[in-house]
Amino acid sequence: MSRFLPLALLAGLVVLPLALGPNPYLLNALIVTGILTIGAMSLNLLLGYTGQLSLGHIAFFGIGAYVSALTSLGFDVEIGFGLRVVHAPWPAAVGFLLATVAAGSCGYLIGRLSFRVRGAYFVIVTISFAEVVRLVALNWVELTQGPLALTNIPAITLGLPGLGMWTLKTKLQNYYLVLAVGTLCYGVIARLVGSQFGRAMRGLKENEPLALSVGINATRTLTVAAVISAAMAGAAGSLYAHYLRIIDPDVFLFATTVSMVIMVVAGGKGTLLGPIVGGLIFGLLPVALRPVMAPEAQWIVYGLVLIVILFVMPRGIVPGLSGLLGRRSAPTVPVLEASPAVQR
Amino acid sequence: MDELIQHLANALILGGTYALLGIGLTLIFGIMNVVNFTHGALYTVGAYVMYLAVAGLGLNFFLALPVAILGGLLLGAAIELLLLRPFRGSDIDTTMLVMIAAGIILQSGTLWTFGGVAKAIPSPFPEAPLQIGPVSLSWLRLFVLGAALALIALSYALINRTKLGLAMRAAFQDADTAALMGVDVRRIYTATFALGSSLAAAAGALLGPVYVVFPQMGGLAELKAFAIVILGGLGNVTGAAIGGFILALAEEFGAGYVSSGYRDAMGFLIIITVLLCKPTGLFARAERIG
Repeated sequence: MSRFLPLALLAGLVVLPLALGPNPYLLNALIVTGILTIGAMSLNLLLGYTGQLSLGHIAFFGIGAYVSALTSLGFDVEIGFGLRVVHAPWPAAVGFLLATVAAGSCGYLIGRLSFRVRGAYFVIVTISFAEVVRLVALNWVELTQGPLALTNIPAITLGLPGLGMWTLKTKLQNYYLVLAVGTLCYGVIARLVGSQFGRAMRGLKENEPLALSVGINATRTLTVAAVISAAMAGAAGSLYAHYLRIIDPDVFLFATTVSMVIMVVAGGKGTLLGPIVGGLIFGLLPVALRPVMAPEAQWIVYGLVLIVILFVMPRGIVPGLSGLLGRRSAPTVPVLEASPAVQR
Repeated sequence: MDELIQHLANALILGGTYALLGIGLTLIFGIMNVVNFTHGALYTVGAYVMYLAVAGLGLNFFLALPVAILGGLLLGAAIELLLLRPFRGSDIDTTMLVMIAAGIILQSGTLWTFGGVAKAIPSPFPEAPLQIGPVSLSWLRLFVLGAALALIALSYALINRTKLGLAMRAAFQDADTAALMGVDVRRIYTATFALGSSLAAAAGALLGPVYVVFPQMGGLAELKAFAIVILGGLGNVTGAAIGGFILALAEEFGAGYVSSGYRDAMGFLIIITVLLCKPTGLFARAERIG
């Protein structure tokens, strides 16, 4: 993978709103797509690099959204035995940090619980967890307003040195906020994957008994990956809450997890750019289809496109395309990829 | 006490259809190693075929049920031939995504065709419930339980008493060896998927008249089916049957004694508890089915 490709993509995304001009509809679609893409990147850390599929990833996203919203709105609930918890509103930026921490903690719990066994169990524990959290959000009306939704969530305010306080209210400001957080997450994942920890993750995915035999602590490695992944999903959820400024229990819908999985696998799991490419394609596909067909038909096309991609490029778009390009220009790529391990 | 017996009766009735859902899913997973994300959509399709046959064509209620099951069987066979056979040999994540895509297509297709408004299926049973002492049972629900038990028994007979079932059991244990012994494994896969699909459609056709029919009804049913399969141990048919009844009991008592809002959370709480205490499911993964 070329080193310049991510930078070129970033540059393209920075100038994109300028090229589009004032187009609130498209900008909105880009922001939501960007937020989901951060979710997909976090999912890729687990699915692509450790091989563990979290089908309840939306739980971490939704927990981030609710924690962030409740931190910045304040609440007053009775928790039983006559005890009340009263919380005064805090700045939204604090909510963002707490959302990340809360989602990461949930990732820790789920990891400790389910990485004792392998295979389909992690999938089902994460699905179950997401469904329980959704039902709590729906039924704990005193805290979450249930189906009435949390409204009037404040926009994120940033204090920039020398520039005073900025309240990110416009779509353009939110676009750049999402892009900044996305770039940060990309950087963290890239560093992580290239580190010794990243090799431990991939070792576990490729051959667990072998990885164990060279002293890799499987449960710890997988749990740490789950914590980081969940924290990033929580950050994305927080961005979502403060951008839309209203959230209801529908943020926990299973369909959103499915969208993230599609973004990762179609883009290319286990590649840094895969979730971004998949995210942009599948996030913007509904926008492209909207003028031409009914919403139900859009989803049918969405499903068909996914099947075609899986059929033509089973490993995803990014590995598929780089395989095509690599065959033409650089047949020595596998050797180059293997060399760092040899030098060590 | 009366309340307790009533809850038990309700759970028993619901459990039959849950067991059908679970058996279908666990068969497909056990034999084909496919996580079937069209299961919920097939459940929905079963309910809509029932609705079309009864309310649309005016077909007799008892004739419409086999039609719905046949519809699920044919649709399942078509999905397997068109979508799973070309992906045979791909890893489990790929086939799972193909199934997710097929599920999206089916669900959007039903939404497009029938609209989002919930439909009711008229039933020929009397409104007045059957009273046995303090317990009142609706005739429709009793029929649902009877039909579900009959279908479970039929599936068992098919797996354990027929040549097809023998081939399925062989493919479950070792597909390669079964193929060497002259079993056409590809046909077994198609038959397995069609059978599992028809059981999901049957569950939908049976529960459709009890509740209402709407395009998203399969989503929660699918998650519950996963819960049942985990409870029973992946690939374990008897485990899935028992798991169905356990889930129904937990839901019914959870709704009755804890909070009706958390009814659907009960199953998932059970799964998490089971995995905490006995990670391989209540009934460990079967080495053989039947």
